Amino acid sequence: MAFFAYSPFLFTTVQAAVFSPQSFSLDNGLKVVVIENHRAPIAMQMLWYRVGAADEEAGESGLAHFLEHLLFKGTKTIKPGEFSRTISRIGGRDNAFTSYDFTAYFQRAAAHELETIMRLEADRMHNLVLTDEVVLPERDVVLEERRSRTDNSPAAQLREQVRRALYLNHPYGRPVIGWMSEIKKLTTENALAFYRKHYAPNNAMLIIAGDVSVENVRMLAEKYYGPIPSRVVPARVRPKEPPHRAARRVVLKNVRVRLPSWSRTYLAPSYAAGEKRHVYPLEVLAQVLGGGSTSLLYRKLVVERGIASSAGAWYSGDGLDYGEFGVYVSPKAGGDIQVLENAMVEELAAAIKEGFQPADIDRAKKLISAQAIYARDGIRAGPNAIGQAFTQGQTIEDVEAWPERISAVTPEQVMAAAKAVLIVESSVTSILLPEAAK
Amino acid sequence: MNGGRNYSRVIVALSVLIFAFSAQATEIHKVVSDKGIVAWFVPDKSVPLIAVSFAFRNAGSATDPDGKEGLAEMTSSLLDEGAGEMKSQDFQRAVEEIAAQLSFSAGRDTFSGQLRTLSAERGKAFDLLKQALNNPRFDAQPVKRIRSQIIASLRQQAENPRRISGRLWSKTVFPGHPYSKPSAGTEPTVSNISAPDLHSFVRHRFSRNRLIIGVVGDITETELKTHLDTVFGNLPARGKTVEIPDIKPAGNGKTLIVRKQIPQSVILLGHAGIKRDDPDWYAALLVTRVFGGGGLSSRLYEEIREKRGLAYSVYAYLNPMEHSALLAGGVATQNGRAGESLAVIRAEWKKLADKGITAHELENAKTYLNGSFPLRFGSSGGIANMLVGIQRSYLGMDYIEKRPSLINSITLEQVNRVARRLFRADDLTVVVVGDPKGIKETP
Repeated sequence: MAFFAYSPFLFTTVQAAVFSPQSFSLDNGLKVVVIENHRAPIAMQMLWYRVGAADEEAGESGLAHFLEHLLFKGTKTIKPGEFSRTISRIGGRDNAFTSYDFTAYFQRAAAHELETIMRLEADRMHNLVLTDEVVLPERDVVLEERRSRTDNSPAAQLREQVRRALYLNHPYGRPVIGWMSEIKKLTTENALAFYRKHYAPNNAMLIIAGDVSVENVRMLAEKYYGPIPSRVVPARVRPKEPPHRAARRVVLKNVRVRLPSWSRTYLAPSYAAGEKRHVYPLEVLAQVLGGGSTSLLYRKLVVERGIASSAGAWYSGDGLDYGEFGVYVSPKAGGDIQVLENAMVEELAAAIKEGFQPADIDRAKKLISAQAIYARDGIRAGPNAIGQAFTQGQTIEDVEAWPERISAVTPEQVMAAAKAVLIVESSVTSILLPEAAK
Repeated sequence: MNGGRNYSRVIVALSVLIFAFSAQATEIHKVVSDKGIVAWFVPDKSVPLIAVSFAFRNAGSATDPDGKEGLAEMTSSLLDEGAGEMKSQDFQRAVEEIAAQLSFSAGRDTFSGQLRTLSAERGKAFDLLKQALNNPRFDAQPVKRIRSQIIASLRQQAENPRRISGRLWSKTVFPGHPYSKPSAGTEPTVSNISAPDLHSFVRHRFSRNRLIIGVVGDITETELKTHLDTVFGNLPARGKTVEIPDIKPAGNGKTLIVRKQIPQSVILLGHAGIKRDDPDWYAALLVTRVFGGGGLSSRLYEEIREKRGLAYSVYAYLNPMEHSALLAGGVATQNGRAGESLAVIRAEWKKLADKGITAHELENAKTYLNGSFPLRFGSSGGIANMLVGIQRSYLGMDYIEKRPSLINSITLEQVNRVARRLFRADDLTVVVVGDPKGIKETP
């Protein structure tokens, strides 16, 4: 064991910013980030892998998420279920989550248990043991998860179809949880192969936050993560989208729908890919166009015209390869969906033509920037933001500079971003409708 | 970001309690304003924020008048839709200008609110909260708009299996009692609520005798007192109590099925639980933790999820209320195996009563409950909510200090006696929504 083995740590401290993390790397390529926060004697560990649903092979949808479940099934020295039982015994909380670009594992526990949680997490980075006996029941669990999240809900079924229509070629079009027929075919060997291919220290970031010291984290990281050998991991090269030439329309009718809804999702640049100059302006655009009850869409469609019960806009710029921008509206009970669509299209056109009030843009910017202060209240936001950045092509510096960059956005940039992104040909319009019972 | 150790001064006063986890100490100050408003306060300058949490007892949806079900929730949606001189959009803009976060919500028993503000904007933020609580406008336009939003959301949720099972469950275990009322109301009752009802709710429920407050953050005690008077000092001293009778959960042993053509059956089940002030509370908490507590390990989790792959989510929990108490649980399983899921849960329920838990399980549950407690102290809002929760259940200022010994003193004999008292498989009321196989409805 490479206990106290010397390695030249690369130390960086980012100045004057949101989370003020400190970071270094181990010899095996594991990046380590420490965010000290001493308000309560608790510690959080997050381990982020640069692998997610968009890294699966065609035909094995759901594998990244399935493997995430299986990481709780034991190692050479930890029996199935013992991981979570140990966390529970020390009063900790643990869980994990999977998205298109990342798989992340976390525990929160009393600060003096830091060594326990680091030892356990490091162990399952390289010692996972899987047998059909534990894998097959877990596959049933995932099928139940899919039924709960998607198959029991018409709105969720429609969201799944929208993604499929939005991405003509890129794997972001698959459901993270996987298609039912493909989850059913996933095997122990599929999971192990995926694990060996992607789970390695040089493909991960370890983030420790809370009542901890950098020195202690460094010592424990060296002790438990340091001995894990690095390995060659595949480059993340995914199929790209061809030009989008035709607007798409997806309609789902179901007897269980009692209130129709309408939304439109546009392919957009992300922080890591595409026309990056638009990304900060797109955050501001989403806020000023549809980020709450003083936003333009809410004001026009819900308050002034009085035809909608809700209306808004959102931007998701985190994806490694693409971002998405969306607008949505729901009618009042008994309202007509076509009237809403017409009104939405009119308001979007008017917004692009006339622009926004500078005061509204300023308020939106201030509101977004203030989130950075609220994010410091608690120990979860920092590890989340930094882990997402790492797995999705951004840096710690990007996270720390976020409020400044939002503050620097001009009204002209917001309009340029709106014109660049609100292109109906690169969008999917999605409509959820009631269907008369037979 | 600065560390949070800058409040380690020792204050010698009877109203100050210091509790220590390890190196740190967090102080709860009992602050009393000039007008007699009481707040529990934890000073904290680690982040330039202030979090305020408050609740009015006897002001939740259980107090909604007959025919006006949904009043408490509708009020919670309208307090920030215009107050004082500010109309709806003006008020919302004012909140956004200072990036404050203001929210209100109605539970069954209490009406509560939370304010988070940058400490630099505290004056304006407290003033907005004051206006919302003391002078809400309830103008015709926002009332109409919010009403239509609630109706839209009722329709949106109408076919949600969890919503359907929850509604039927409440009606079955609390027949005719205010706890059976739909907290969001129904289309007719929400349509029946207008501005005078909302004004009346505010006038009668927001009284100082009902009020509980917790504050955490970057503000001095002296200044906090002033703001407490501004916000809460002019509320009426007393409001008329809404009489709500105590009720023992009914429906014992019934199984009800709502047939829906969905792939997964959603099951809720449970029976009478234990109230928060019951001497057996901590034993019940420990045994319920072993049986079906949160996280990724419990007997139910092991039997239903790990061994058999029957569900993604399975749980059981204690739900103590002001006027009743429940021990409830739930699971969601594909229709074809729903009967198997229910049978396994019933068998575990019975086994717990018959055989109890082991010394080892008890020990693990104790270390869990004690070890996980500090996790609630991670954020200002979390601490402020906890300060309200402790007051709400009359646990006392020394609760945080006392809690570990209350838990550690429980013996295996006590726990297993309480398991027998509490877990009654034959009493389980079961509600299933879906198309379950292998489950029979009680005739």
